[in-house]
Amino acid sequence: MLSNDVKQKLKAIVGVENFEDSKSACLVYSYDATPNFQSMPDGVISPRNTQEVSEIVKLCNDHKIPIVPRGSGSNLCGGTCPTEGGLVLLFRHMNKILEIDEENLTVTVQPGVITLDMINAVEAKGLFYPPDPSSMKISTMGGNINENSGGLRGLKYGVTRDYVMALEVVLANGDIIQTGGKLAKDVAGYDLTRLYVGSEGTLGVITEATLKLIPIPETKKTMLALYQDLEAAAKTVSKIIANKIIPSTLEFLDQPTLKVVEDFAQIGLPTDVQAVLLIEQDGPAEVVEKDMRKMAEICHAEKAVSVKVAQTAEEAEALTTARRAALSACARLKPTTILEDATVPRSEIAKMVNGINKIAEKYKLDICTFGHAGDGNLHPTCPTDARNHEEMERVEEAFAEIFALAIELGGTITGEHGVGVMKAPYLEWKLGKEGIAAMQAIKSGLDPNNIMNPGKVFAKDSRKRLVVTR
Amino acid sequence: MTTVKEQQVIQEQFKERMNQDELLNCMRCGFCLPTCPTYIESGLKEAHSPRGRIALMKAVVDGIIEPDEEVERSLELCLGCRACEPVCPSGVKYGHLLEEARDIIHQNKKHSLPVKLVRNAVLNGLFPHQNRMQMVTGLLGFYQRSGMQTLTRKTGMMKLFPDHLATMEKVLPQVPTMKKMKNRPEFLEAHGPQTKRVAFFKGCLMDTMFLESNDATMKLLQLAGCEIVIPTDQACCGALHGHSGEKDAGKELAKRNIQAFEDLEVDFIITNAGGCGAFLIDYDHLLKDDPDWKERAKAFVSKIKDISEILYELDFHKKVHLELPNQVVTYQDSCHLRNVMKTASAPRALLKAIKGIQYREMKDADRCCGSAGIYNIVESEMSMQILDYKMDQTKATQAKTVVTANPGCLLQMKLGIEREGITDKMRGVHIVDLLLEAVGKDQ
Repeated sequence: MLSNDVKQKLKAIVGVENFEDSKSACLVYSYDATPNFQSMPDGVISPRNTQEVSEIVKLCNDHKIPIVPRGSGSNLCGGTCPTEGGLVLLFRHMNKILEIDEENLTVTVQPGVITLDMINAVEAKGLFYPPDPSSMKISTMGGNINENSGGLRGLKYGVTRDYVMALEVVLANGDIIQTGGKLAKDVAGYDLTRLYVGSEGTLGVITEATLKLIPIPETKKTMLALYQDLEAAAKTVSKIIANKIIPSTLEFLDQPTLKVVEDFAQIGLPTDVQAVLLIEQDGPAEVVEKDMRKMAEICHAEKAVSVKVAQTAEEAEALTTARRAALSACARLKPTTILEDATVPRSEIAKMVNGINKIAEKYKLDICTFGHAGDGNLHPTCPTDARNHEEMERVEEAFAEIFALAIELGGTITGEHGVGVMKAPYLEWKLGKEGIAAMQAIKSGLDPNNIMNPGKVFAKDSRKRLVVTR
Repeated sequence: MTTVKEQQVIQEQFKERMNQDELLNCMRCGFCLPTCPTYIESGLKEAHSPRGRIALMKAVVDGIIEPDEEVERSLELCLGCRACEPVCPSGVKYGHLLEEARDIIHQNKKHSLPVKLVRNAVLNGLFPHQNRMQMVTGLLGFYQRSGMQTLTRKTGMMKLFPDHLATMEKVLPQVPTMKKMKNRPEFLEAHGPQTKRVAFFKGCLMDTMFLESNDATMKLLQLAGCEIVIPTDQACCGALHGHSGEKDAGKELAKRNIQAFEDLEVDFIITNAGGCGAFLIDYDHLLKDDPDWKERAKAFVSKIKDISEILYELDFHKKVHLELPNQVVTYQDSCHLRNVMKTASAPRALLKAIKGIQYREMKDADRCCGSAGIYNIVESEMSMQILDYKMDQTKATQAKTVVTANPGCLLQMKLGIEREGITDKMRGVHIVDLLLEAVGKDQ
């Protein structure tokens, strides 16, 4: 609960219209896109500039009030769910594109800018910002940076981390710092920019960011390859890379996914095939042409039953429909959709997918797997019902086993969704006690009162490590 | 004010009546947010977004919060445009949730006397009775023709009304005479070889105030080769009732209509108002718990089609030469036609087929204009804010003609044109009127 004195001070900072603490105002910020997490904040505040953020943070630090920075609340790890109450910090006023610098190829934004709006603005100037999380229509850049979001183009172009050049951050004591700059080379001090990318709001509040842009690729081509054999599809992925081709997109759908996609979209996908690869390449026309030809050859050589190159932009769009419809198709099956993002080295994709299918069988669950095969980032997705407690327990056990399997294969528990509160109990499996301790040292150094998004990343209790025997 | 006692009853009914599967089906991904006009215009407030409203409904059901003034406010401010539905990955039927929630609130809340009187007069006294609709429209006609309108305007009496209502008075169409409204056709033959037999759902507002558009619709159907039956015992579609929390009245009207159209042996039932069509096409949901009517409603729903859709399917635009003087034309979607009836490309294709015009798509044509039934009267501030954005986009196309497909949208766009003071440069028309204009006199 916030004392009246604190409320008055908060209102004095942002104006009465930008602070709310009614029941319904708090309720609508008690959740994010993560299933089964809900917790009421004590208040909701919308600062208008960095100075106001700084004053809010200072006040909260003095009174040890938790702060949860929140963009659009579209994350999938419970990262913006105010599990320990406190203040939800909104960026609905701090949502401007401040500058597109065509000489240095950078864009500078406030955290509340919608990812797609920024992408459209830079593309209008012939520039390209590659990270494209599926939620980009609604996700904010502040959210993308805090979660280090990926997307379909990660294989060739990398993820959010690879594009953040400079940040303005409000520290837990209210100090405002600038990290990095519009610089290709900069070794002055610790790389705090990288530290803050993916820090999930636990180390400070990002209030401004400068991002790297690249020239927009001239052309793009798309094709779809169908397989009767999972291993063959996986081998194709490795072989494409081994042939020194890095496609801009290399997406994968397994048979359970294909079935639900076809049931839902009725677009004539063969449901008797075991796997589908969606492949895209962009760049200069002649290079794209050559790469597509070579990749089609590889697909055929690896016994793809069908390889279809889109002839027009519309056809390309239609081909990507299957991949885009995957989540919708799964989501419509049952009320609750658990979507994870376990990631393995791409050479281990086939083992991982096979392993997931076995785990699904063991726990008698339907798990559809699709995802970014090119970078090993998979999305095992389980349609379930939160009201069925017995099944939810099986879901939890199954995912614990999936995380364990990913780590065994040299992978990670989360490739792009973040740890948040959902995966915090598993983080130690990936980092070890010592790794957690090193992170804890940074956390307590920068946020001694633990007010910045408390309860996230660090678990109260780690889960007992699972050993998967295969 | 809603009393504590009323809140308790409302909360109980939420628990009993709200579809819990549907509420749980919302996975809170937020994909609906950028499509929601009230979320955008409220300065990105989650309480005025579909995800926020569903969360509030669910929280009332779960007993986390009470259905207080703010919850009610959030549900009231929704336009009901349903732009959130096509973009929802889980396919949540938000419109159904909203309708149920509003019905629970309105049925259990004591309205203040003036609100009660107006609601009762309009929803129960006026719209279900076509003869009274004619009378009211007739009075408006008398007002327009008798010189009273001129007098009222000169004396400045309209200044006593809020600005947008005063402007609204100016943009009402020149209404038909009583005689014309009473003397309506019941059957029309196809022009040329007959390809389809259709029934026409004439609508209450469309068959009085917009009678000419109804005539145009029938003329186009005839030209497309349709034989038309217009059953006289049809009733108001009930959309206004359904959207304002008067579900039972909506159900009664639905039954009257199903009966009226049941034995006509037609291929389709044609509407020319997106708002009506979307409600008609939802009758099977409205009557889903009524075993006597469920199947009959399904049969009715399977025949509902918008005028643009049937004209397009029958290749009207290829068979009939369409031409107009050189002008830029743009199209404002009717939300319910687009989001519920899924008709969006047919009207555009028809317009593009008109020779001489230059079709220019406006930005966010699929975003609501703020008309939304009686929303522009009861929520005028938000409605005008939404309209201002819409007019900016409309003006950017430099269109001379703004085409719509629903009477409410048409009036709202005309209101926008009047408010902007550009009546000399821009006009608003119903798509059927523009198409008929393009057909020319000789056909």
